[in-house]
Amino acid sequence: MELFNGGNIALADVPLLTAHEFRSKVLHLCRGDARLLNLFGHLVSDQGVRLFAVLGFDEEAQLQIVSTLVPADRAQYEALTPDLLQAHWFEREIAEQWAVRPAGHPWLKPIRRHGNYRGVADIWQDISNPHPFFAIDGDEVHEVGVGPVHAGIIEPGHFRFQCHGEEIIHLEVQLGYQHRGIERMMCGKDLRRAVLLSECIAGDTSVGHSMAFCEVTESLAGCLVSPRAQAIRAVALELERVANHVGDLGALGMDVGFLPTSGYFGRMRGDYLNLLLALTGNRFGKGLCRPGGVLFDIDESMAEDLCRKLKHYKKEFDQVSDLLFTRPSVLARFEDVGTLSRKTAQKIGLVGPAGRASQLELDVRINYPSGMWQFHHVPISLGATGDVFARAFVRRQEVLRSLEFLLKILPTLPKGNLMTPLANFMPDTFAVSMVEGWRGEIMHVGITNSEGGFARYKIKDPSFHNWFGLVLAVRNEEISDFPLCNKSFNLSYCGHDL
Amino acid sequence: MVSDVYLFIFNISISVENEMMMLILIILHWLIALLLSPFLLGVISKVKAFFAGRVGPSLFQPYYDLSKLFQKSAVYSQTTTWVFRAAPVVALASALLLVLVIPLGGLDAPLKFQGDIFLVAYILALARFFMIAASFDTGFSMEAMGASREAFFACLSELVLFMNFITLALLTRSISLSQMIGADSPLSWSHLGPTLLLVVASLFVVLLAENCRIPIDDPDTHLELTMIHEVMILDHSGVDLAYMTYAAALKFLIFATVLVPILSGWTGVFIKDMSIYITGLLGLAIVVGIVESSMARLRLNRVRNLLLIAFVLAFFGFIVTMWRG
Repeated sequence: MELFNGGNIALADVPLLTAHEFRSKVLHLCRGDARLLNLFGHLVSDQGVRLFAVLGFDEEAQLQIVSTLVPADRAQYEALTPDLLQAHWFEREIAEQWAVRPAGHPWLKPIRRHGNYRGVADIWQDISNPHPFFAIDGDEVHEVGVGPVHAGIIEPGHFRFQCHGEEIIHLEVQLGYQHRGIERMMCGKDLRRAVLLSECIAGDTSVGHSMAFCEVTESLAGCLVSPRAQAIRAVALELERVANHVGDLGALGMDVGFLPTSGYFGRMRGDYLNLLLALTGNRFGKGLCRPGGVLFDIDESMAEDLCRKLKHYKKEFDQVSDLLFTRPSVLARFEDVGTLSRKTAQKIGLVGPAGRASQLELDVRINYPSGMWQFHHVPISLGATGDVFARAFVRRQEVLRSLEFLLKILPTLPKGNLMTPLANFMPDTFAVSMVEGWRGEIMHVGITNSEGGFARYKIKDPSFHNWFGLVLAVRNEEISDFPLCNKSFNLSYCGHDL
Repeated sequence: MVSDVYLFIFNISISVENEMMMLILIILHWLIALLLSPFLLGVISKVKAFFAGRVGPSLFQPYYDLSKLFQKSAVYSQTTTWVFRAAPVVALASALLLVLVIPLGGLDAPLKFQGDIFLVAYILALARFFMIAASFDTGFSMEAMGASREAFFACLSELVLFMNFITLALLTRSISLSQMIGADSPLSWSHLGPTLLLVVASLFVVLLAENCRIPIDDPDTHLELTMIHEVMILDHSGVDLAYMTYAAALKFLIFATVLVPILSGWTGVFIKDMSIYITGLLGLAIVVGIVESSMARLRLNRVRNLLLIAFVLAFFGFIVTMWRG
C-alpha cells in the first residue's frame, strides 16, 4: 500500500503478509530502488507482534508499508539483516522491545538494555550482560574502552575499540544510557503531554521532532494546517539547522585544535539560537509547534528584523568558514579521514548530511516534500568524498542554502490562522510523517487504537541509522582521529536511546 | 657545605668562591623559575584567547589553578603502587634540578661542569621515564597509549636536541651549557647567523614537542583519545597534579631559557641581561601562542615528519659548522 509523507492509512488496509512473503517482499523492494526507512513491532493483543516495514522510494516520493504477524507463542522470524544490512539496528531493537528473535541475526545484542515490553522472558538470559563485546585476539592487539563517562561534557555512550597500535581495527558502540522510554510515554490520548515529550526526544532537535509529531497528529485528525503556520515551522526548523551546523563546524575546528574558528562559530551559534529565542521564547525552539499549528507568530517588524540580522550573520559566516576551509593545516586533518564510500553508505542506509557527504541524494525536503517545501525548493547539498571534509563542507553548504531559503520566505510569509482546531483521531489508523531535521531524516509513526488514542508511537531519529556509519568510517583510521570522525557525524545519544 | 657535595659527586670546580653566594644563587634561580613559569602559560592562553576573539582567563590563572591544586589532597587508585606516587615528585625535582644547570638571565648557573649537557638530556629522560612508568602503573589502556606516543616522540625530539647540542658544542668548543649559552658564550649572529638560525628553528620545534603544544599535542583538548601529555596525568590529582603541572610549566621555562640567549646574546650588565631575558621569555610565549592560534594540530602520524624536519634542520646546522671548521 503506498502513501505520501504525512499520509495515513487504515490499519486494516496495511497488507498483512506471511513471514516468508514479508521477508521476500522487503528484500525484493530493497534490491530495487527502495530504502528501509523504518522497521518496528507493534503488540497486537494476544495474537503476537505485528512487524511493520516502511519502505521509501526516494525518486517517487512514495512510501510503501508491509507487515507480518509474529505469533506470540513462537516469537521468532527469519532475520532480514544477513541480506539487508539496513535492518541491523532495527532488528536488534525489535528483539529487545518485544522478545521476538530474529533468527540468524549475526550480532544479536540489545541496543538499550531494558526489559521487553511484552512482559515475557527476554531472549537474553541476563539483560545487563547479554553478549560479549567483539574482541580480537593477538599479542599486539589491544582493547581501549572509552565512556560512558567522558572527559568532556557530552552525552554518555561506551565505545570499545580493538586496536593494533594506533590503528582502529574495529569499534563497537554500546548506547542506551539515556533510555527514558519516550515511545511508551507517548501512547494514550493526552496530546498536551505528548507534544512536550516530543520536544525532549533530542534537545538539539526540538523543532524537528515536535514538527514530526504534530504532522502525525494532524494527519490522524485530518487537519489542514494553514500555510502561515507551516511557514513559521519551516523558519524555526531552518534556524535550528543553521544553529547546529554552525556549532558543529566550530566543534570540528576545536577538535583539530584550530581555535579561532571554534571561538567565532561558537558565538555565532548563540546568535542563531537567540533568533529562535526571539521567535519562540526558547533558545532551542521549544513551545513553538503544537498539533494544529504554531503558538507564536512572526509579525512584519520581526520578519524585517530577522532578515536584517540574517543578512549580517550570513556575511560573518562566509568570512569565518572561509578561514576554516582555506587553512592547509585544517584541510590536512579533514581530508581522507573517516571515509565512507557511496556503496557502503547506501548499504547501511546512511541519511542526513553524513549520507549526502557520501553522495547519497537523500533530503526529505526534496524527496518527500511536505508543508512549506511543497512550494519552495531547497537545492540539495552533496559532498563528493565521504570523508570528514565532505561532512563539514555539506554542513557549510546547507547553512548557506538554509539562510538563502530563510531570506526568501521571511519577507513573503503567507497569510492564515496560526492554529487550526484538531478533530478526534481516526481509529485504527497508521499515520507517518517525515521531517529533515538537521541530522537527517526524522520519522514518526503513530498507530491509533479503536478509541482514537495512540496504541503505538514509533520514533526514529536519524542517529539510529547513522551510528553504524560511524563504526565503519573509523575502521583502519588512527584512534586519535576518532573524536574528529565522531564530531563530523555528531550523532544524538538521547535521540537514539529514546 | 653545598659545594662540597657537588665536588664530591661531580668532581667539578665551582666558580663561585663563597658558599653563601652559591646558596643565594641557587635560591635566586629557583625563585625566578618558580615565579615566572606559570605566568608564561598564562601569556600563551591569553594570546590564544585573543586570536579566538575571546577575553580569555586572567594572566594569573595558572597561579590560581596551582594554588587550588596544592590545597587539595590526592586520590589514589587501588591498582597503583609507589611508582605512581613517585612520578610527580621525580618530575618536579628533576625540573628544579635542571633549572640549576642553565644560566638564567645574566645569572651564572650554580651547577656547571664539562658535560652538563648530558645531565640535561638524561634528567629530562628520567622525568619522562617516571611519568611513563606511572601511567602504565594505572593499568588504564588510554594512559598507556599516551605513554607510548610520548616515548616515540621523545625518541625523535631527543635526537634533535642532541644534534643541536653537538653543533653548539662545536661552535663554542665546550660541552657545558654555561659556556655554550652563558655570559661568555662566543656565539654571535654576525658571524654564525645561518647556523644559529637553523639551530633556533629546530630547537623551537623541540620546545613545542617537549611542551605538548600545538601542532604536536593540544594542551586544551578534552578528548582522551587524542591526548599525549594530558592523558598521562589523567589519574593524578590534588598535590600530585600540582607537581606535574608545575613541572610542565618549568619545562617550558627551561627550553625557553636555552633558546632566548641564543637569540639575544648577553650584554654583561646584570639588569640589562635580566630584562632582555624576561622580555625574551614573554616574546617566546607570545610566538608560541600565535603558532597555536594560526594552525590546526597535526595528524598524529604526521608528527614524526615534523620532528624529522627539525632533525634535518639541526643536521644542516651541524654540516655548516663542520664545513666552516
